[in-house]
Amino acid sequence: MGAWQSYRLRLQRKRWLVRALRKRRELRCVADRTDRIRPSDLIVFCTARNEGVRLPWFLKYYRDMGVNHFVMVDNDSTDGSLDYLARQEDVSVWHTRGSYKRSRFGMDWINWLLRKYGDGHWVLVVDPDELFLYPFCDTRPLRALTDWLDASSIKSFSAMLLDMYPKGRLDAQPYTAGQDPLEIASWFDAGNYSVKRNKRFGNLWIQGGPRARMFFPDQPERAPALNKVPLVKWDRRYTYVSSTHMLLPRGLNLVYDEWGGREGLGPAAAHQVPRHV
Amino acid sequence: MLVHTAFDRAEQVARHWARAGCPVVIHVDEKVSPKTYGAFAEALSDLPQVLFSRRHRCDWGTWGLVAASQDAAELMLERFMDVRHVYLTSGSCLPLRPVEELIDYLDARPQTDFIESATTADVPWTVGGLDRERFTLFFPFSWRRNRYLFDRLVEVQRLLRISRRIPKGVVPHMGSQWWCLTRHTLSAILSSPERRPHERYFRRVWIPDESYFQSLARLHSRNIESRSLTLSKFDFQGKPHIFYDDHLQLLRRSDCFVARKIWPHAGRLYEAFLNHPESAANRQEPNPGKIDRVFARAVDRRTRGRAGLYMQSRFPNFSWENGVTAGRYSVFQGFSELFEEFEPWLARATGAQVHGHLFAPERAEFAEGQPVLNGALSDNAALRDWNHRAFLTNLIWNTRGTRQCFQFGPHDAPEVMWDLARDPNAQISVISGAWAVPLFRAGGDFSTLRAEAAALQKAEHLLLDELRSPEAKARIRIWTMAEFIEAPMEPLQLILDEIGQKEPRRLAEAPVMQDLTGFGRFLQNLKNQGMHPYLMGDFPVEPAPGPSSAPTRKPYLVKN
Repeated sequence: MGAWQSYRLRLQRKRWLVRALRKRRELRCVADRTDRIRPSDLIVFCTARNEGVRLPWFLKYYRDMGVNHFVMVDNDSTDGSLDYLARQEDVSVWHTRGSYKRSRFGMDWINWLLRKYGDGHWVLVVDPDELFLYPFCDTRPLRALTDWLDASSIKSFSAMLLDMYPKGRLDAQPYTAGQDPLEIASWFDAGNYSVKRNKRFGNLWIQGGPRARMFFPDQPERAPALNKVPLVKWDRRYTYVSSTHMLLPRGLNLVYDEWGGREGLGPAAAHQVPRHV
Repeated sequence: MLVHTAFDRAEQVARHWARAGCPVVIHVDEKVSPKTYGAFAEALSDLPQVLFSRRHRCDWGTWGLVAASQDAAELMLERFMDVRHVYLTSGSCLPLRPVEELIDYLDARPQTDFIESATTADVPWTVGGLDRERFTLFFPFSWRRNRYLFDRLVEVQRLLRISRRIPKGVVPHMGSQWWCLTRHTLSAILSSPERRPHERYFRRVWIPDESYFQSLARLHSRNIESRSLTLSKFDFQGKPHIFYDDHLQLLRRSDCFVARKIWPHAGRLYEAFLNHPESAANRQEPNPGKIDRVFARAVDRRTRGRAGLYMQSRFPNFSWENGVTAGRYSVFQGFSELFEEFEPWLARATGAQVHGHLFAPERAEFAEGQPVLNGALSDNAALRDWNHRAFLTNLIWNTRGTRQCFQFGPHDAPEVMWDLARDPNAQISVISGAWAVPLFRAGGDFSTLRAEAAALQKAEHLLLDELRSPEAKARIRIWTMAEFIEAPMEPLQLILDEIGQKEPRRLAEAPVMQDLTGFGRFLQNLKNQGMHPYLMGDFPVEPAPGPSSAPTRKPYLVKN
């Protein structure tokens, strides 16, 4: 892309960073245990509102995976989840009354906290209803993946969102706090995803799955984007552009193979078949 | 032992070696902070057979690694007089078999050097491209840290056709840098009168740790066994594969003494091999081929991937796909218009899954009228047209294992024809002009018929242009309707043979063609109206006069 385009993206990145800076006043710290974060720790960043029933399993799942600390933003919950989080020893939580939508779906708050606490760490940015999976996740902790990415000099790792649903009616089996949600919702759409390349940011735009099928059959262009880049070796200069779908600088989005291979674990820069000199 | 990280594991392994009676000389990279180095040295100070050699700065592919091994080897040979073999390991190596076995093995071969050493011409593994040129050009810059300078200097040297003089008697060899040399060979290399000239030469060779000892061992060794005793697998980029806890069973089947590289947090592996090493009696039969196959498959999956799969980590550029779709499939144009009940007949004859018009305007007509296919692929037309290529590749990928056939026509969305034409997996068979048959049989207002016929003809003409373009790679066959009707069974047999019929005999049951009496007249009427129907070939306007009244066309069989 041309120098002007490149510069415009740089300006955009700065703009999101400034916006995050401005929005920081909306956050009020409730429990700050960030001094316990050690240099090589893995941190999860998350925005939640009234997700009390999901949080116990969420925390357990990521702790088992090897995550060392959680940085959470509570968006004015009324179900006691703020207290629950404040009591956890490995969680730092902030409270805000701001509008989720107006803060670009919580991204401004998260961008600010990432800039402050995520610099130099591998961070995982997920929603409270998202469970992160990667190859060999049942036998290897997250640190194995991040060590491998470090050894390969890769700074970001992509993932696709899979909507899980149960057999039968959606409300037939109730979920209790602490239960593995995949016991109930164990089905997903296996093969109806549309993948396109976004020329501007370089990432892949993936749509499809049950939401596109059921809710957007007449307007497929408005179906939700399922591509995400949740795991990043954060640097202060980075910023998420649109939820966790896209990052700036652009290179972090190029986590797929373009030359026929399969980037199970993707590179930060455009991958090239190893051609030397 | 060369160490630069994971000091607790290095300590664990060093103790393991020392406990079995093997003296250990450890080199710690100079880049490690003095504090860490101090703590590490302190932790091992209780073992008299563990010494620390002079530290060097080790960058990947530079001389520091060789200097480190030289100094460590000198210290070892000087201090421990009864050492007969010297084994070079790293801090992330793990002994897979009891050390006593390794000792016995080496004692039984007192004059053998285990060092992988092959001439550059024979080596296929040079990742990064430079093979012979490692030895004929100068490489003062680090490949990892100053890539730009590295590349530019190589370019300049190539332009100037620089070629270094290789020291007399040295034939450049390459191989794995984890060797096991005898005292004889090692001391011959280190105390050779040519050592300084050799060092001056190898200092500027690229990746000297893969070639210094490998080349010089050939000069002094009495018996070289060109293999490394260390199991080391490489990924497609030339980085060593890392072993984790779930590789435990795989590593047990290896016939190597040491494996690298082990993830420092793979506690189970360290526990299993250091604390409970299995003796030869208990161990399973070594099967190193299995390990090779697993990793070869992994590399293949990474570099070529699975054809026809598009996902968040695989989105190949145009023409780099290694296969646009996952399996073979067939596209038929004009067949279901010309024949009655063509789709069921085809399904019976071939056992394939036969769909209707998958790209029809209203919805995708899946086989047996299903609304949703494998993988939750919906028949919704808007979703399909939003990304028709993804629809096609998803369909073929989801149904791989069963041959797919579908119908196409000038009514359908034309954009997908480009993808079909350039897919080598596609078999496309066209009867051009057959779209006129439903119009003919429908009858009705002739002027609307004529308009529709003109539009369809134009659409089909464009489709045929795509199929005839030089970039088309599919198996394409086009017949005009007239030439097809003259002898319908031959082309059908041809197509079915390519698909692979259920029974290998010739076709026993033929599809029933539509009744085409008066079709020639219909075409003439269109011509009279001003249209020019040409795609279907020539049909006689009046039936040929003959003894039989109206020669109805019957399908006939070609009997063996």
